[in-house]
Amino acid sequence: MIRAFIAAAILLGATQMALAVEPSEMLKNPALEARAEAIGKQLRCMVCQNESIEDSGADLAHDLRVLIRERLAAGDSDAQTIKYVTDRYGAFVLLKPPIEPATYLLWFSPFAILILGAAGAWFYVRRRPIPPDEPLDLDQRRQLERLLLDDQ
Amino acid sequence: MSWRRAIYLLPLVAFAALAIYLSHGLTPGYNPELLPSALIDKPAPTFDLAGLKGEAPLTNHAFTDEIVFVNFFASWCAPCRQESPVLMDLSRRNVIVLYGIDYKDKPADAEKFLQQYGDPYRRIGVDDSGRTAINFGVYGVPETYAIDRTGHIRWRHVGPLTDEVVKNEILPLLQRLGAS
Repeated sequence: MIRAFIAAAILLGATQMALAVEPSEMLKNPALEARAEAIGKQLRCMVCQNESIEDSGADLAHDLRVLIRERLAAGDSDAQTIKYVTDRYGAFVLLKPPIEPATYLLWFSPFAILILGAAGAWFYVRRRPIPPDEPLDLDQRRQLERLLLDDQ
Repeated sequence: MSWRRAIYLLPLVAFAALAIYLSHGLTPGYNPELLPSALIDKPAPTFDLAGLKGEAPLTNHAFTDEIVFVNFFASWCAPCRQESPVLMDLSRRNVIVLYGIDYKDKPADAEKFLQQYGDPYRRIGVDDSGRTAINFGVYGVPETYAIDRTGHIRWRHVGPLTDEVVKNEILPLLQRLGAS
């Protein structure tokens, strides 16, 4: 019984890890197919928005996979193929957002915050007053002498 | 208050700014899954689709010198049933010129659907492969596009049309585009 559960769990995991690409969609040319898969992994499935079209079982994802393979087979470059899709669906289909004015905040705000924090820390440390040395009292001096004698 | 004291208010100000920015996501009716169209203000894609019920093919050349709405629908699409009365009302009152594109559907099913819910379309093209929909950037039926007199896409709505959408978006749009 337990074995059956483990087997079922492993099988379930395997199905989720497998790409949604069906054998019938694949290109015969392995180099082209590899390029198609690499492009598909960068493109968001618009139906289930956190999956790539290579991973998604949605109908539209299937159509887009076929479309990408058609474009590549027709001799389009990777960039041309991606542009074909972004021309229709916008930059949102790119799982990795491009660096452009609309995404500057997204890309650069972590660095801006880091610099602000570092500047704040630097000013704080520089401005903190260093406490003046106070002479040791009698007790402390005796303690110090003992410690120094112990060392010898 | 000296500027050294004022600097301690900075985190509070930053937090307030962030809270105001993020509260945008809590606005009623805000749906992060609705995406803007990449084709707004671009020329409508060209297409040449077979007509439903043996009608003449529907091409983008049908849209000449008038403001048209293109509605992607399918008989298997539940929200399409929901928006059907709104479309019927718009068509009956001649508020808009509406063309239909039947997305990935069996023509027999589409005809049954139109008999049951009414046919608000001037003409219907059959997009069997879904390629025309991809060229429009459709990611789920129903979707509705407005194309102006120069053949440019000016508006897109994802999901079923409602009376609110008609009142708040379509009517102002018609006014802006100068419907005659």
